[in-house]
Amino acid sequence: MDVVDIARWQFGITTVYHFLFVPLTVGLTALVALLETRWLRTRDPAYLRLTKFFGKLLLINFAIGVVTGIVQEFQFGMNWSDYSRFVGDVFGAPLAVEGLLAFFLESTFLGLWIFGWDKLPGPLHAGCMWIVHIGTLFSSWFILAANSWMQHPVGYRYDPDSGRAELTDFAAVMFNKVQLVTFPHVILAAYMTAALFMVGVSGWLYAARKHAEDREVHRKAIRLGAAVALVAGLGVAVSGDFQGKVMTEVQPMKMAAAEALYETEESCAPFSVLTIGSLDGSEEKRAITIPCLLSFLATGSFDGRVEGINDLRAQYEQEYGTDPGAVYYSPDGYVPYIPVTYWSFRLMIGLGMGAALGSALVLWLTRRGRSPSSRWFRLLCIGLPLGALAGNTFGWIFTEMGRQPWVVFGLMTTEHGVSPGVSVTEAMVSVVTLTLLYGVLAVIEVGLILRAVRAGLPPYVEPPDPETHEPSDDAPLAFAY
Amino acid sequence: MELTTVWFILIAVLWIGYFALEGFDFGVGMLLPVLAHDDRERRVLINTIGPVWDGNEVWVLVAGGATFAAFPEWYATLFSGFYLPLLLILVALIVRGLAFEYRHQRSEPTWAARWDLALIIGSFVPALLWGVAFANIVRGVPLDADHEFTGSLLTLLNPYGLLGGVVTTLLFLTHGAMFVSLKTDGEIRYRARAFAFKIGIAAAVAAVAFLVWTQVETGTAGSAVFFVAAALCLVGGLLAVRTGREGWAFAGTFATIALAVAGLFVALFPDVMPSTTDAAYSLTTTNASATAYTLKIMTVVAAIFTPLVLGYQAWSYWVFRKRIAVHHIPEPAHHDHDGVGASS
Repeated sequence: MDVVDIARWQFGITTVYHFLFVPLTVGLTALVALLETRWLRTRDPAYLRLTKFFGKLLLINFAIGVVTGIVQEFQFGMNWSDYSRFVGDVFGAPLAVEGLLAFFLESTFLGLWIFGWDKLPGPLHAGCMWIVHIGTLFSSWFILAANSWMQHPVGYRYDPDSGRAELTDFAAVMFNKVQLVTFPHVILAAYMTAALFMVGVSGWLYAARKHAEDREVHRKAIRLGAAVALVAGLGVAVSGDFQGKVMTEVQPMKMAAAEALYETEESCAPFSVLTIGSLDGSEEKRAITIPCLLSFLATGSFDGRVEGINDLRAQYEQEYGTDPGAVYYSPDGYVPYIPVTYWSFRLMIGLGMGAALGSALVLWLTRRGRSPSSRWFRLLCIGLPLGALAGNTFGWIFTEMGRQPWVVFGLMTTEHGVSPGVSVTEAMVSVVTLTLLYGVLAVIEVGLILRAVRAGLPPYVEPPDPETHEPSDDAPLAFAY
Repeated sequence: MELTTVWFILIAVLWIGYFALEGFDFGVGMLLPVLAHDDRERRVLINTIGPVWDGNEVWVLVAGGATFAAFPEWYATLFSGFYLPLLLILVALIVRGLAFEYRHQRSEPTWAARWDLALIIGSFVPALLWGVAFANIVRGVPLDADHEFTGSLLTLLNPYGLLGGVVTTLLFLTHGAMFVSLKTDGEIRYRARAFAFKIGIAAAVAAVAFLVWTQVETGTAGSAVFFVAAALCLVGGLLAVRTGREGWAFAGTFATIALAVAGLFVALFPDVMPSTTDAAYSLTTTNASATAYTLKIMTVVAAIFTPLVLGYQAWSYWVFRKRIAVHHIPEPAHHDHDGVGASS
């Protein structure tokens, strides 16, 4: 393994890991804020108990999302210094703005929410969680704009003197057409994931009848979560469809790689549901296909033309493959690793759609006072959030692996972005250390989540209203670490 | 003023904010075994920084992001060159951040003890290594014509660098103890006060040695002014804590850290990372910078949002202004409660 491989494995491992927690944070901040707002409106104790219960799960999850996020910012410079030099003028700005606009907001207002139960009036307290949620949206916006620029660079010019990409139009980067379809897709998937987490947790406790007296409270969470997940899930599908069309336009190779479509289809390209044969889909023994669907997904028309890998490869080799010294030269052709793109694309769609349909199933199973408690229902409760999380993961694996061999599409290949001064030993120490640490933390995190879930809803305690009665100086804190 | 100079100053401000704020919460973390005698006292210490440590830590993320955006060459050289120390800092910040949130999740003493250890080591390692890193940035490191760092981990662990690390560690310990004396009540407050004075003297000796060394090697008239002011503030802070004026004492170490870091940046300017191989290979505010267009956009964003950030961070300190004593610490939450609430 050379430094490029090690650095890529580290980026893959740390990013996939980080993004297990991010969608839950984005979605749960909204759901917890919604629960607290409902409590303030209705004064129904059920909503306060749910706020505290899911708030605690959110905090366990948030902590690990924050600390793994620091690695994300540092490793661009540590492992990818030539990439950082090449793109810093364009790519650095969204990262800096993300910190200034989003991270300060999230960290400060989350601190106020955690410790502010006896210090802030109710609406202000709930407002803090809404602000944290807005912070997560800002954060997502800027980091996705940075990523969208890597998929489809806009608003820049290449300066041959400095040998780097330079920003010419910040607004173009912020409102990149890839960004405009990616942001809703990612955010809606985050809402769906967090809502299914809520369904899973409350549904499991509901069906297990462990805290029988709390069943009606959990039922509210199940119904709310399933409704949010269903609506968000439909949005994920619609935004994903838009994304497919933009992707076909700006990264046709990625679309071809998603389908393992080697030969250009002039019209009515079939969508491959599953293939049994070679892993990269090049030789199929048995395949399930839906006629013309690929043409529709890619172009919006059932008889649209979809370019195949072979034609695109010839075209890219002509366009980029002339100067072996250039940062855009790839000696191995310009085709991503097809087994990964083909299967991750299918798993993303399958798991995402499955999770959305699952939420509809939950709504149906709990309709009009019905109370499912079978083993199957409990398995569904465990499977839905896990399915959504896996769907998110495969989505990112697809979108990043589908861009290869580029790190910035059409501008720089991944192997040219790596740090020239970092040794194999250093890179190895880094990836092994972080992977082992992340492994241990995963065990701790899952253990804490399960423990908090098993403990069930906290008892109802009316929070003191700081406006009506000033807590005495000697009263214990409403919350303390 | 040139925009590159503006951004050099803004990045200095971000690091000043980081060290002056996270400096005290690193100090509180390291002081866990020194100032607290039992679990309740440890919880008092942790809760003095509980609501604010994460906001303090964001300063370094913004400093990193701003360096990436405003001086991409600096970011690339620094982060890839200081590879292993930064990896250690990352590991430390990870376990430390989790310690705050995870320590109280279970009530077994061994569980809390392990996270205490994570908090202590996770506070000590960055306190030490940021000092080592900064000393090396100011003095210069071997950089080749491509601005690549050509040294190793051992290059950074030179006597000057290590003294820098000792200074930040001692200053943060003092700053943390000042903060504890300002934010707590009862026995622990007076313990913190006494300790702040003792460790502050050690910090003053080390800091003066380091600043004089810096001044001799790379100093300018400007940096001398900052260093002298920093030393005076530290003396003032120590006198204040001796006479029980805790607010002034904390302000003293806050100003000490701010002025010392400012002085280091003044000594560094106009370089951002001098090369000891050949001065011609040094990274400067001009050859490491982003384009004027990017700097302009960033300046507008910073001008609008920095006051806002300062405003709400200050408000959060105001909300949590009360002193904490052992009797304020609630009983550990019962995680095995049976879920029977008042409502059901």
